[in-house]
Amino acid sequence: MEILLFGITRDIAGKPRITVPADTPLATVGDLKTWLGDQYPAIKALSSVAIAVDSEYAEDSQTISSHSEIALIPPVSGG
Amino acid sequence: MLIRIVEHIDLNEAPAYLVSEETGAINLFVGTVRNHSKGKTVLHLDFEAYEPMAVKEMEKLGLQAKVKWPLYEVAIIHAVGHKLPGEPVVVIGVSSAHREASFEACRWLIDELKKTVPIWKKEFYEDNSVWVNAHP
Repeated sequence: MEILLFGITRDIAGKPRITVPADTPLATVGDLKTWLGDQYPAIKALSSVAIAVDSEYAEDSQTISSHSEIALIPPVSGG
Repeated sequence: MLIRIVEHIDLNEAPAYLVSEETGAINLFVGTVRNHSKGKTVLHLDFEAYEPMAVKEMEKLGLQAKVKWPLYEVAIIHAVGHKLPGEPVVVIGVSSAHREASFEACRWLIDELKKTVPIWKKEFYEDNSVWVNAHP
């Protein structure tokens, strides 16, 4: 599973996407957030972190599949 | 609706899209780059977007605004890339029969865009750079 990165999270990881190893037990968006925070503790220091599944904001309880496009959404600052 | 993410904003595009014979009011908000922020000189801003999602979120806001107010049309244009002080980075435009709805909807749209649309800006100062809003 690949996670698209933007803004500060791309700087934190030092790359435009994170590959989640196939044997990582991630069932939900909440599991993914926890895993990302463990891998990159700097993500936990952000004001907020959201996950988008197929370019829609997703709740922590939503299940994820490797067939979806998944993106990490740090605090937005458009406008 | 006119919903776009562009490299360079043409300030004539939204008004040209919104103007019509039945419209009594067109309200336009233009956000531009400031040359200072929190007491520091800003050299430039870099904007990036998760484009497919940003367009989807801007479309949702436009549709919600059209439910909340009696609008004819909505235009939301946001720039990405390297922007210098004075350059426009976002345009919100709405058209309605009367001015109240156009003022209120325009204000609501820019406020909501800043909360939900996945676009990020990095401010570059003389001595460092920072992703805006990233940290508490």
